[in-house]
Amino acid sequence: MNRSQPLVLGIESSCDETGVGIVRGTDLLTNTVSSSMDEHVRFGGVIPEIASRAHLDAFVPTLQAALAEAKVTLADIDAIAVTAGPGLAGALMVGVCAAKALAVATGKPLYAINHLVAHVGVGLLDSQSGTAGGPGNAPSLPENLGALLVSGGHTEILRIRSITDDVELLGSTIDDAAGEAYDKVARILGLGYPGGPAIDRLAREGNAKAIRFPRGLTQPKYMGTAEEPGRHRYDWSFSGLKTAVARCVEQFEAKGETVPVADIATAFQEAVVDVITSKAVLACREHGITNVLLGGGVAANSRLRQLTEQRCSAAGIRLHVPPLDLCTDNGAMVAALGAQLVMAGSEPSGIAFAPDSSMPVTTVSAPAVELAGTAAA
Amino acid sequence: MLILAIDTSAVASAALVSDDALEGVVGSFSTEDTRTHAEVLAPGIEKLLAEADVTGADVDAIVVGVGPGPFTGLRSGIATARTLAYVWGKPLYGLMSLDAVALEVAESTEAAPEFLVATDARRKEVYWARYTLQVGQLPRLVDGPHVGFASDLPDLPAYGAGAGLYSDVLRADPDFSTEQPDALYLGQFALARLEAGEQLMDSTPLYLRESDAQVPGPRKRAL
Ligand SMILES: [Zn+2]
Repeated sequence: MNRSQPLVLGIESSCDETGVGIVRGTDLLTNTVSSSMDEHVRFGGVIPEIASRAHLDAFVPTLQAALAEAKVTLADIDAIAVTAGPGLAGALMVGVCAAKALAVATGKPLYAINHLVAHVGVGLLDSQSGTAGGPGNAPSLPENLGALLVSGGHTEILRIRSITDDVELLGSTIDDAAGEAYDKVARILGLGYPGGPAIDRLAREGNAKAIRFPRGLTQPKYMGTAEEPGRHRYDWSFSGLKTAVARCVEQFEAKGETVPVADIATAFQEAVVDVITSKAVLACREHGITNVLLGGGVAANSRLRQLTEQRCSAAGIRLHVPPLDLCTDNGAMVAALGAQLVMAGSEPSGIAFAPDSSMPVTTVSAPAVELAGTAAA
Repeated sequence: MLILAIDTSAVASAALVSDDALEGVVGSFSTEDTRTHAEVLAPGIEKLLAEADVTGADVDAIVVGVGPGPFTGLRSGIATARTLAYVWGKPLYGLMSLDAVALEVAESTEAAPEFLVATDARRKEVYWARYTLQVGQLPRLVDGPHVGFASDLPDLPAYGAGAGLYSDVLRADPDFSTEQPDALYLGQFALARLEAGEQLMDSTPLYLRESDAQVPGPRKRAL
């Protein structure tokens, strides 16, 4: 296997995007994505079974398109990488089975990759804002790196000492993901799906001071102190916020008043963005993190970017935001992390691993497992 | 003609069948349980090919059971089959998974001329289909597949794990009361039908049930 500039094909199917990306070392050759988002609109959120059905039908055409765009054949590929978790179990299953079949059919090594760590991996692609490599040098991740991942499926702050073998979860949501909270609140306010862009747009018109919503898990008993951190010092919770918005709307309706939708959207967005950024920056400061990579679909949110930038710079932290099509779920990030593992000499995962819907970030790629007992006739 | 058959509508199974081989079987494997398809299927297929000393180039066609069956498991076989067919550049056919049990029934000595095949559909329901059988012929699907309560099925001899599960209301054949669709029979069925010049289906899954997603109703207003 070519371990210096490996050609790696990455497959992503953990939520509603079927992604196939191909990289050569740190060069992005294609980032092909097929999304089932439109099919979820009438339900106001991602329906796992609909996403899984869409993955099954999208996989081969997406693979075909990716190979054509990258102008490579499967025979040229050095290794295959696939998201093994975390994510929706049924959705992961489709990508994992397809990736394993690809490995069987081509004889190429397969890496079972952590989706969250892959979000950080895009920072290692050439000409991404996360790269710190000088001219002629392979890009490398900046020192003292953290990653803030915010999407419809996750909300996490990570510390990355080594992208291939030392990643730590500092904090995460204990209930809804931030993007999920946007979708639910957008539904309460009658703004449609996906909720993020709709609320972000409306929030520019509202009065941020008119209403104030609670910031979850910020009470002293959860926060503790830097020396004696509380249980949820760097964690988030958005389900209480969603309930507060619903109550607020009900109160206006009960009084027979017009619901100030723009003000509520603004106040909601402020609450989300405030608590995400303040806790993320706190976690960074208390862990010596001086570089933060922003990932996940909610990275598109204008207010989140603005406040993250503002608070990071005030704390002396440098913020890196990859292009948006690499922030949302995609196969390129899986390929990028796969290439890093190949270059680092990591062992492939084999084809007997199980997808893991709650794969911890400490597992960057699944270790090879012994073949499960199959009764051969 | 060498066929690689795959079925994951209940258990995970795969088989290599060929008109050249003794009794048509080159090799096969199947698992006991119905929830580890993603783990065992690819290693099973790899081993199957290695033990038979064949490669993708030697395979003439791929046949996959398109259900009905529990969705996630069903998809693992179809995703696998579609990918193998694409990479190897081979034709891919779908076969209704209950046909596998029907062929197994037809090959037993005491098969009834008309019978049901039923598998577990979970949620207290079965996937089922009705077949007729003439001596020396392949079983013929005359009704189904359907999903429903065992107690609503026609009063006919019933075969398969779904019949065994509801033997209180079905005329379940005890010899077949734990039988699941197996790629071995599916492959043989496909081989026989292809040789008879019949058309087979494509690999579109037979889910039979909607995705269960509910379109949210309008939010209740406070007044
Ligand atoms: Zn993601």
